[in-house]
Amino acid sequence: MSAGAGRPRPEPVQVVKERRDAALAALVHGVPYIGFLGITFDRRGDELTGVLSYDEKLIGNPQLPALHGGVTSAFMEVTAIIGLSWAILWEEMEGGRLDPGALNTGNLPRLPKTIDFTVDYLRTGLPRDAYARARVTRSGRRYASVHVEAWQDNRARPFAQATGHFLMPARDG
Amino acid sequence: MSEASLKSVRGFIESIPHARALGMVTLELGDGIARISMPYDARLVGDPETGVIHGGAVSVLMDTCGGAAVMSHRSEPEMTATLDLRIDYMRAATPGQRITARAECYHVTRSVAFVRATATDDDAARPVATATGAFAINAPHDGGAA
Repeated sequence: MSAGAGRPRPEPVQVVKERRDAALAALVHGVPYIGFLGITFDRRGDELTGVLSYDEKLIGNPQLPALHGGVTSAFMEVTAIIGLSWAILWEEMEGGRLDPGALNTGNLPRLPKTIDFTVDYLRTGLPRDAYARARVTRSGRRYASVHVEAWQDNRARPFAQATGHFLMPARDG
Repeated sequence: MSEASLKSVRGFIESIPHARALGMVTLELGDGIARISMPYDARLVGDPETGVIHGGAVSVLMDTCGGAAVMSHRSEPEMTATLDLRIDYMRAATPGQRITARAECYHVTRSVAFVRATATDDDAARPVATATGAFAINAPHDGGAA
């Protein structure tokens, strides 16, 4: 196989990584509540995993002790909103229509708004770190449906799952 | 429910670390009804452009208030844990205003309590969010008798 003359050389890996990480950081750091709960996001390519780092202030039942059910719900809602925004941002960024450098100047994309959110509590949330991944099951111009799974020690044994509907921000064009 | 039992439920709610972190205050408690409010706090903002509180913080309030309503039910459950909770967001809460939730435990069986709740800001006529949920309960005499 010969190198295609018309094909542009791929960008250096570091440049690509920096651009993607900067876009994700701008998206996540813009929201105070994400910092308050201590949520961060791990990125592998376009896949995001929300990480809720354990803290005593997240406890809802001091006798067990167990994570607050509302915190679990909030963690999954945050993961859904960031996952949905990230999917849009990724498309725009990789399509060259968005300059991630401009995101740092406070020019953040509008976030989707939650219409409804339903959480199933499958097991007690233990007093340790939790993880969550969102899957956009449907994404239209106005509405999106997102499913989220959250787990702790064992990926195959989620401690909560959720489904939500979201109103998409108005897009240019 | 006796005054002593209500006092212990109130004490339990006020001892919840995450409820304390959000500055929750119990306004009313008894006979399956709870009212809990939470002050506006810049740390809870979900939309930096508008200063509106994140829906997640509203669900924490709803869940806490729902659990409190269950615990205050006349059947006096010893413990409760949320099985499921659905929240509908009607509108953004007005920045700067307290959010108050009112939850009602309208039916209990031996093992499940059913709850509905509404959250409002200063404009109490227009709800910010509503919720419905099912809570697991341990009846106090469950398993006690042979």
